[in-house]
Amino acid sequence: MKKITDIAKILNAEIINLGDPQREITGGYAGDFLSFVMGKAPADCAWFTVMTNVNVCAVATLADVGVIVLCEGVTPDKNLLEKAKEHNVNIIATKADVFNAVKTFASYED
Amino acid sequence: MPDAIHMEFDVAGNNFVSAGAATNHVKDTLRNLGIPNKDVRRIAIAMYEAEINMVIHACGGKAYVDIYADKVEVLLEDKGKGIENIELAMQPGWSTANDDIRDLGFGAGMGLPNIKKYTDEFKIESEVGKGTKVYLKVNFS
Repeated sequence: MKKITDIAKILNAEIINLGDPQREITGGYAGDFLSFVMGKAPADCAWFTVMTNVNVCAVATLADVGVIVLCEGVTPDKNLLEKAKEHNVNIIATKADVFNAVKTFASYED
Repeated sequence: MPDAIHMEFDVAGNNFVSAGAATNHVKDTLRNLGIPNKDVRRIAIAMYEAEINMVIHACGGKAYVDIYADKVEVLLEDKGKGIENIELAMQPGWSTANDDIRDLGFGAGMGLPNIKKYTDEFKIESEVGKGTKVYLKVNFS
């Protein structure tokens, strides 16, 4: 299990919204098609994506994603940020690409 | 808990900001009732897929939810264009979503397969030009 603040640190990521800071993260999923995420991402996971629209929050909330990791330096759009605050969804953002972000995340042992 | 809880929702078409609101409401209600997280997650994902289908393909519709002590049932009804070939629509990867919808992250063709995966019962009826009815059931563990 990993803490969100520790994940942010190793990924050199900015904390965009820390709605549920105590959340323990287990496992991960990388991808941008929302139905793949809902079909495959495990609960409490870190979800690596470059999608930044409001649907990302709905998917994360309903699929119990632990933290959204925005990659490639993308930033959430206004609607996503507002919804994430409203629903206490964790979002961090890193400049790393998805491959390297996942690699760093996977090799991190707490 | 009471014998049954009935809820009804209007789902607005083509509105991606409000999409998922009905499902979220159901999820919160189930959580507050103490339903196990894994069951809440299953119905939340299945209902969201069905809800988003109405938003994208059917100009919205209605969702009727009945929560019992041992299960939740959801009926989603729209007056949209209907599905020509349900067997085809059930195939993973098959989608009629346009590029704008794909840009939003939808249209992977995994909506109906996901609904099937996460529910204990799933029925779909559709008539071209009239609309579609989707029934979902999740039993509580």
